[in-house]
Amino acid sequence: MSKVGFALALLLWSTGCKATTWVVGATEKTKHIKEAIALAQPGDTLIIKPGIYREGNLILQKPLIIKGEDYPVLDGENQFEIFTIHADNVVLTGLKFINTGIASINDLAAIKLLESSRVKITNNKFENTFFGIYLANSSHVWIEENELRANAESEHQIGNGIHLWKCNHITIHKNKVKGHRDGIYFEFVTNSLITQNHSEGNMRYGLHFMFSHNDEYRDNTFANNGAGVAVMYTKAVTMVRNTFIHNWGSSAYGLLLKDIRDSEISNNAFVENSVGIFMEGSSRNNIRQNKFYQNGYALRLQASCDDNRITRNNFQQNTFDLVTNGSLVLNTIEANYWDRYEGYDLNKDKTGDVPYRPISIYGTIVERMPQAILLWRSFLVLLLDKAEKAMPVLTPENLMDTSPAMLPYDFN
Amino acid sequence: MISINSLEKKFGRLTALDQVTLQLKGGKSYALIGPNGSGKTTLIKSILGLVVPTSGSILFEDKPILYDWKYRDKIGYMPQIGRYPENMRVGQLFEMMKHIRPGKQKVDEELLDAFKLYKIFDKRMHALSGGTRQKVSAALAFLFHAPVLILDEPTAGLDPVSVELLKEKIIQEKRRGKLLIITSHILNDLDEIATEMVYMFEGRIQYNNSIESLKAETNEVKLTKAIATLIRQRELLESVTE
Amino acid sequence: MVRIIKYVFYDLLRTRFILFYTAFLLVCTFAFFQLDGDFGKVVLSLLNIMLMAVPLVSVVFSTIHFFNSYEFIELMLAQPVNRKSVFLSEYLAVASSLSLAFVAGVGLPFLLYGAWQPVATLMVTGVFLTWVFVSLAFFASVLTRDKAKAIGVALLFWFYFSLIYDGLLLWVIYTFSDYPLEKLTLSLIALNPIDLARIVMILQLDISALMGYTGAFYKNFFGSNLGILFSVSLLLLWIVLPMILAMRIFNKKDL
Repeated sequence: MSKVGFALALLLWSTGCKATTWVVGATEKTKHIKEAIALAQPGDTLIIKPGIYREGNLILQKPLIIKGEDYPVLDGENQFEIFTIHADNVVLTGLKFINTGIASINDLAAIKLLESSRVKITNNKFENTFFGIYLANSSHVWIEENELRANAESEHQIGNGIHLWKCNHITIHKNKVKGHRDGIYFEFVTNSLITQNHSEGNMRYGLHFMFSHNDEYRDNTFANNGAGVAVMYTKAVTMVRNTFIHNWGSSAYGLLLKDIRDSEISNNAFVENSVGIFMEGSSRNNIRQNKFYQNGYALRLQASCDDNRITRNNFQQNTFDLVTNGSLVLNTIEANYWDRYEGYDLNKDKTGDVPYRPISIYGTIVERMPQAILLWRSFLVLLLDKAEKAMPVLTPENLMDTSPAMLPYDFN
Repeated sequence: MISINSLEKKFGRLTALDQVTLQLKGGKSYALIGPNGSGKTTLIKSILGLVVPTSGSILFEDKPILYDWKYRDKIGYMPQIGRYPENMRVGQLFEMMKHIRPGKQKVDEELLDAFKLYKIFDKRMHALSGGTRQKVSAALAFLFHAPVLILDEPTAGLDPVSVELLKEKIIQEKRRGKLLIITSHILNDLDEIATEMVYMFEGRIQYNNSIESLKAETNEVKLTKAIATLIRQRELLESVTE
Repeated sequence: MVRIIKYVFYDLLRTRFILFYTAFLLVCTFAFFQLDGDFGKVVLSLLNIMLMAVPLVSVVFSTIHFFNSYEFIELMLAQPVNRKSVFLSEYLAVASSLSLAFVAGVGLPFLLYGAWQPVATLMVTGVFLTWVFVSLAFFASVLTRDKAKAIGVALLFWFYFSLIYDGLLLWVIYTFSDYPLEKLTLSLIALNPIDLARIVMILQLDISALMGYTGAFYKNFFGSNLGILFSVSLLLLWIVLPMILAMRIFNKKDL
């Protein structure tokens, strides 16, 4: 359902019954939000004046529009979940949520939405919340332009920023998530759209999803996350124009693809990651027109992957362009630009006349003995690589790009 | 002035100097002679500190010279084969030497004039003939009024005129009370310029006395003859003792 | 000593080699800029030159120069001049003119195209390597009187540090790959000045290469102040140690 449709529905519904506006504030007649929720009829609007509201857990079970003025603060006092919503057609906007409780059994959240639909959560701020926005069994929800910040010190002291479980038709747009366990977490979420979000500095993954088919990710940025972005056990995902940047660490990835099928990964930028894309057990994916720049490994293609098409990508200034742990060639690697390519183009068709073998013997050595990384850029490694290029012994002979591009592609 | 005590130098298995003990006094002129490889040059280089002895010591004015270098201010040295920076011009060489030994205000340029070295001041060292090179070496040795002069084969390769000029200079310096140490194969030359004779053989000093007493011992008038007789006597002696 | 340095400098200039060396570096750096405007790539190409050519040129040139200066050294030593001064003058003049050539040859183009922090590191490590290999060359030179032999020894130093040592290191890593090797490899790296310079540069350029668990360990070490102090003092040690050793031998050497 589109936004316009939703607004129209609201309008129709609100004109059906008479809607009242309730103002909540320290100097108003209604001093507590809880009170206002109890008094209000479905479809009413609550205006929350600036101030600090310590009201424990607010349970909302009727359709209301709740608006904050100048970000009134809803304080969970480090022990409560703030909003628990079980109602359709709810709008939450302009609120600031702080200090939810921390619990290892219940997933306490600033906003928890259960079995609801047609809900909008926009322009809210979240500070030091265990879970920020938590959705379960919901559909048609808009989560837009929220800001979530947490400063946890270890993974088990903190929940996820935006957490979705068994949902569908969700739009997540222009949110900023920082310092949570996973920035955005999906499990069994389908037919959803995730655009222009910024997920940075989260303890584990910037984006983490499993069993979430037919979703689309566009124009998001995932930076400096503990382990990058991990996506698993999913089919038909579209990931376009996202930026994966600076995900450093011993087990960090720009993007980890595990059991991903029939998906499209295009026009993304992978910059300064330990591993640009790590692929495992994935098939029939289309990886094209991505930019791999200054990564440790641009692409780690495990032998369990097949029928993937890796075409027209730019590989520039990566330590290793491609490594694999097998010798079979089951994927198509074609027409990429490799900055290490030293071939020539006699017929001037902008395609190199000799194939390029992106796997270096040194990469293979480092795969087996990580300490050998210390010899990177040494004369010895240079000689080894040249010798191997001339006569492949250890690297799979047929793994090559038969039509390497002479110049980098311009994707802008 | 220079006192050499039980000096020994070994190059690997070869013993170049074997327990050499020798007193060299100012105002005297020593002829250091002996066959090739008898240790003359090694002895000279030891005095100059170019060769570090295996054992024994050398005292220069009662001070040990080992690892010292200031005493060389009092030595003028003319090497057997003068080796100089090949790219340097003759003039620059003299300039540099004056620069390196700045202590002396007044330099002795008599030989420089006598050999007319000014004329070749802009020539490079590698362009010089062996004889001209010797002249340069000689002029450098006398340049700084050093009280000790060590001349290794000074007349070898020089033309007769220059030999005479050099001899005159040597005699003149001897008269000034300098200590001279001269090696030469040309014994006739030594006859005129040396007063003492040190004969070396296989790294040992075989004979050390004044030339006059040598001549008296051997009943010869000429130094050449006297030395030849000396050698014959020694050989005879050795065969008897063996 | 200053007086002697002056003449050694004069002699060095006469051979014109230093000028050729500067020109070579200039041409290379400009060519890299022409081929690829990307600073990172230029510095990477220069890194290869620094790790290969600089040690080679330094070690060979210094050895040849030492033997070509034999006459000069002999002449000086018959004069009232300290042996140490003669040796140090030769050493300082050669090392500083080679460093100057390196800094000028690599630095000038960067001045034109704009400077960048890794370039400074490149220059510093390049100068360090120059001094290290001049030290090693002087050490090789005083070991023998035979010029050809000395050049052989000098080349061996170069070959050992730029290739054989790394081969041995790889073998060690391969043989003991089942054990935690981080500390061992770290200390082994420290025993090779070229490796040390390389690691310092890589930390500046493509840290991505040093990622993964192992890499993170090295990065944490070399990236810290302690690590920088460690690398600098080791490189200094690599300069001073062979030089002192060479000077000691030279002091007792027969000419």
